[in-house]
This record gives sequence, structure tokens and C-alpha cells, in this order.
Amino acid sequence: MSIDATDRRIIAATQGGLPLVPRPYAAVAQQLDIAESDLCDRLRAMQDRGIIRRIAVAPNHYKLGMTANGMSVWDVEDDQVARLGQMVGDLEFVSHCYERPRALPDWPYNLFAMLHGSSRDEVEALRVQVAEILGDACRGNDILYSTRILKKTGLRLRPEKG
Amino acid sequence: MILDDTDRAILNRLQDGFPIAPEPFAMVADELGLSEADLIARLEAMKQARVITRFGPFFDATAMGGAFCLCAIAVPEDDFETVLTKVNARPEVAHNYERTHRLNMWFVLATETQEEIDRVAEELTRETGHKVLCFPKLQEFFIGFRVAA
Repeated sequence: MSIDATDRRIIAATQGGLPLVPRPYAAVAQQLDIAESDLCDRLRAMQDRGIIRRIAVAPNHYKLGMTANGMSVWDVEDDQVARLGQMVGDLEFVSHCYERPRALPDWPYNLFAMLHGSSRDEVEALRVQVAEILGDACRGNDILYSTRILKKTGLRLRPEKG
Repeated sequence: MILDDTDRAILNRLQDGFPIAPEPFAMVADELGLSEADLIARLEAMKQARVITRFGPFFDATAMGGAFCLCAIAVPEDDFETVLTKVNARPEVAHNYERTHRLNMWFVLATETQEEIDRVAEELTRETGHKVLCFPKLQEFFIGFRVAA
């Protein structure tokens, strides 16, 4: 996925968010000294290539009552993980869903799915729903709740490189 | 801030698919039966109240060529603060959570290259005296998540 210097400037200028004004792209384009149409073309191209996942609001889960989350982990048959992982990832209450390598013998799980609900009880009920989807292809599962944020820094993309 | 039905409709509509067009707020306002000014004012208010944490493009973090890896350590309770200090001291550690498991410290390494991920994990294993397990993404299943507002 190659992006050029202008794309990098666009990422740097918009990763903090779009301005809430009637012509937000014109405002960003002016700041970057490029044409609004050029900016829009580049944003569309980056979206088509998956560099931009979506242009959207990120709601604050906590303020909307989604105060509980758990990292559910599953030991799924390797030859079925692609199909089943996609089914789990499609669930509305799953925010992140990845296949990751096992670390035997400490860690037998190869599918990770972050579950979100309004309470820990609700999250446990969601875990049961996932278990039903995975069925016999899953040999075991666990769920890890976060008890403390130990460090949190934003993943800021660096604009100057490349 | 108390959200009304219009605020909720805005949040539900805008969790995906904000238009790339000269007057995108006017287009969305039209869909929702609002005025452009009302839509922008409500978004501004929800941003101020931190109901919205961010509004704009979401980039694939690897698009800039960086490398990321989820890592975990099983840290004995009496060694936790010592290990935590060593782990958090590394600028490559982007976030770090304590979790309910024998593997109780979970953090993300963010570096320029994959080689640096491996090097930092090895160094942290040596510095802390506990094995750093690495769980790189093999496949991402993307993604139906929406918060029902």
C-alpha cells in the first residue's frame, strides 16, 4: 500500500478529525494548499484501497452505556477459523476480531474477539452466543476482563517519513 | 448531556459512510430530515460532551508502514510494579492493560518495522525476566461493530 507525500500530509491533517463546518473538505484542502477536488479524489482512492477504513463518528462507548467489555479468546480448528472468524467479526457487539498465533503450551487460543455490553453479565451472555456460533469447531475458550489501564498513548501516525 | 432521539439517529447514521462531497453535512442532514446547521450544532455539542470521541477518517494503522503487535506477559503479583515500570518505560509500548488471567499484562508494541517488534520483545523478556509472548495479527475479520445509540 504505497501512499505519496501528499497523502501523508492529508493523513496528518485529518487524523485528529474533520472540522465541523459546512465545507469540511474545502477547509482541509485550504490548509494543505491543494484543491478541494484533489483532496476528495485522494480520500476516495485511499478509502477504495482500505487505507481509510471509514469516515465516521467514534461514539464514546461508556457515555452510551456500553460500560463492560471483555477480550474473548477461542481455540478454533485452523481449517475453519477464516469462515468462523468472519461470522464472529460480523456480530454487532464485536469490535475487534483477529486470528492470532497460539503460544503453546501457555496459550491455546487462536481467535480473539472483543465483546462489548452494558454489564459483565451481558458480556457473558454474548460469550455464550459466540460459543454457539463456533460450535464443535471450538475446543475451548476464555475471557479476559481489563482491570486497569496501565498505559494509554494514541497511535499517532507520523507524517514526515517515507 | 442527555441525548434525544435526533442525537441518537445522528450517531447511528454516522458510524459509517460519511460522504466525500463538497457539502457532506447538508447531504446527511437531508437524509435525516434536519437542517445542516442543526446537524453541525448537535455534532459540536456531542463532541464537547465527549459523547463523540472523534469524527473523521479512520486510517489503517499499518498504512504508514508501521508494525504493531499485541504482546502479553505472565507477571507474578509481587513483581508486577517492577515489570510495569520497565515495560511502560519503553516508548514502543503504545497501550498496556492489566487483565484477569495468568497472562495478566497485555500491551501493544508499535514500531517502524517487524524486526524492531522482535527486538523489543526480546529485550523486554531479558529486562523483566519474564517471557514476552507475541500475538501478531494473522487475519483481521472486519467488522460489523456499531454502538446502538
